[in-house]
Amino acid sequence: MDRIPILKFGNALLVTIQVDMHDRLATALEEDLTSRIVSNNARGVLIDISALEVVDSFIGRMLDNIAAVSRILDADTVVVGMRPAVAITLVELGLSLTGVKTALNVERGMAMIHDRLAGSEADDADDED
Amino acid sequence: MPTTKTERLGIKISDDVVRVRQLTRMLSVEVGLGLVDQTKVVTAASELARNTLDYGGGGEVIAEIVEQGGRRGVRLTFEDKGPGIADIEQALKDGFTSGRGMGLGLGGAKRLCNEFSIVSAPGTGTKVTIARWK
Repeated sequence: MDRIPILKFGNALLVTIQVDMHDRLATALEEDLTSRIVSNNARGVLIDISALEVVDSFIGRMLDNIAAVSRILDADTVVVGMRPAVAITLVELGLSLTGVKTALNVERGMAMIHDRLAGSEADDADDED
Repeated sequence: MPTTKTERLGIKISDDVVRVRQLTRMLSVEVGLGLVDQTKVVTAASELARNTLDYGGGGEVIAEIVEQGGRRGVRLTFEDKGPGIADIEQALKDGFTSGRGMGLGLGGAKRLCNEFSIVSAPGTGTKVTIARWK
């Protein structure tokens, strides 16, 4: 079965969805990402959906689930590159992805993850004082 | 209303949902829908194709380019011979689901289209028709 590749980038995982996903592929990605967060000690997950022409309720739910699971596993998920037409359609569909952090592009998404890591390292340093 | 093009596609496996999206996109482009309208009707088609597969046990879609009063549009009819829907009113409500979804499929598809109709009864299957006009 096909799989969406997951790349390691520092302590973050990077996924670029380039294909029109059928439901099993989306479910497989959810499972793969969850196990990779643990095995790679990832602190952030960046999902680039700029190639996706459609995000329906199933894919929307997958993004929501990944964000929720990663939060429990102490990693931040940021979804980047959503097309404007997709954003308009998602809201009309009734799916506002309230649990998902979003950024306009990969650069800003990575910056969000790094900011959060820098913040938590500063907290750790405070704890030691 | 006159139909200028008709395509049929079986919906039996989850790859077929992807094919329904692609077919809907192709017809939307042919009709000349704008990008946002294309995205809306393709998303609605995706929701309904998944319903046909998951709740109707599979079926088919008839996808047409239609004309009325000088306007062109895309019309999609999803048909299954599944268990049918006892309470359509309830099924159209956001958040109602009898399966693994989020309960946005039917109501969401309705909001994303200009026309929406559903015929269903227990034991007779379900037929949903949507249209989006340019």
